[in-house]
Amino acid sequence: MNRMLLLAAMMLASAAAHAGNEVQVTIKSFAFGPDSIEVPAGTTVVWVNKDNEPHTVVSDGKLFHSEALDTDERFSVTFDKPGTYGYFCTLHPHMTGKVVVSGK
Amino acid sequence: MKDHDISRRGVLSCMAWGSAGVLWTMAGGVPVASVLAAGGDKMNKAGAFSFVQISDTHIGFAKDANPDTGLTTRAGIDLINRTAADAALVLHTGDVTHLSRTGEFDQAAELLKGLKPTELHVVPGEHDVLDSTQTNFFDRYGAASKRKGYYSFDHHGVHFIALVNVMEFKPGGQGRLGSEQMEWLEDDLKGRSASQPIVIFTHIPLWLYEGWGWSTEDWPQAMSYLKRFGSVTVLNGHIHQVVQKVEGTVSHYAAASTAYPQPKPGEGAGPGPVTVPAENLRSVLGIRRIETLPIKISDSSLA
Repeated sequence: MNRMLLLAAMMLASAAAHAGNEVQVTIKSFAFGPDSIEVPAGTTVVWVNKDNEPHTVVSDGKLFHSEALDTDERFSVTFDKPGTYGYFCTLHPHMTGKVVVSGK
Repeated sequence: MKDHDISRRGVLSCMAWGSAGVLWTMAGGVPVASVLAAGGDKMNKAGAFSFVQISDTHIGFAKDANPDTGLTTRAGIDLINRTAADAALVLHTGDVTHLSRTGEFDQAAELLKGLKPTELHVVPGEHDVLDSTQTNFFDRYGAASKRKGYYSFDHHGVHFIALVNVMEFKPGGQGRLGSEQMEWLEDDLKGRSASQPIVIFTHIPLWLYEGWGWSTEDWPQAMSYLKRFGSVTVLNGHIHQVVQKVEGTVSHYAAASTAYPQPKPGEGAGPGPVTVPAENLRSVLGIRRIETLPIKISDSSLA
C-alpha cells in the first residue's frame, strides 16, 4: 500500500515537473545545484538552502530578491516571461546561477 | 628595544624601507611580526600600547558546529579581561550576529558590555547587514562613521582605518570596497606622513584566496594609496582561522572566530561551519592581542 502511494506521489511529481510547474534548485556547499536550469515559461523555481549557513537568491538586475535563507528555508519565483535570468548570493557573491526561460 | 635582538629569535625574513622595517620572527612556533620603528618617530614618542581583536562571534548561530555561540563569545571576552584588561581598545571585525536579528544584536551588546577595555570599534560582516534596512547594525555601531561603516581615527600615533567590504557585492565577485569608500580612503591618506603606522580593520580578507570569495576585488586600488607607507597592518575576520600573508609593506592577519572554525582555503567542497569534537571546539576558537611598539600579534585559543 505504501509502495503504491509512493509511486502515485512520484508520478504526480513527475507530471508536475513536465507541466513546467515547479523545479527545485538546491543550495549546498556554497553552490547552486544545478547552477543553470532551462524551464518553460510559467515554471516556479524553488530554491532550498541545505547549508548550515544563510544564503540569498538575488537576480543580477534585482528583479527578484530573497531574504536571507537559513537552513531548510525556501524561496520561490514564478517565471512568466522568456529570457535568461542570472542570479547570485549577495552574502557569497562567488555563488552564481542562471534560469533560462523558454516560450511555452 | 630588546626586540631588535634578531639572532635570538630566528628571523625568517627581514624587509626594510625608509625609516621603519618589519621583522618576522618565530616565537614558540607562532610567527610574530614586529614593527621596528627608527628612533624619533611618532611611535617612539607615543609609547607602547596594546589593543585587542575579536571576530565572527555569530551570535544566534546554534547548530552542530557550536550549539551556544553566546557561551564561547563570553569565554573570549573573559580571556580578554584576564589577559588584556589594559588594552586601549577592542576591534570587532564583523559578523557580530549570524542573521542580523534584533535579538541577536541585543544579546551581542549585552555580552560585549562585559569587556573591561571599554573603547569598542565594530565593522560589519555580511551577516550583520542582512536586514533590508540594515538598521540593526547601524543603529548600534554607526555613529562613528555617520552610518557608512568606514571611518578612521588616531590612537597613540597609530592611524586606524575601518573599511567595509560586505555591502557592495557584484555577481561572481569578491568582497568590494566600492568607489565612494575608495575616494574617501584616498582622501583620508592624502598628506599623511609615510612613517605613521597604519592599522586597517575590516571583515573579508583584503587579499587572500579568491576561490571562495575570500578576497577583496578592488583592494589593488586601495593598495596603490597605501604602498608608500612604511607599516600597514591589516586585521580581518570572515574566514574563522588564523592566517598571515605579507604583501610588500602590508601584512594581512586573518583572525579566529569565537563561534566555529571553517576549512582551510580551498580545502574540501566549500567554506562553512566545520564541526569538531565538542571537547576540541575551544582550541580552534580564539581572540587576538596586538601590542605596539613594537607590534606583536598573539593569537590565543579559548582552551
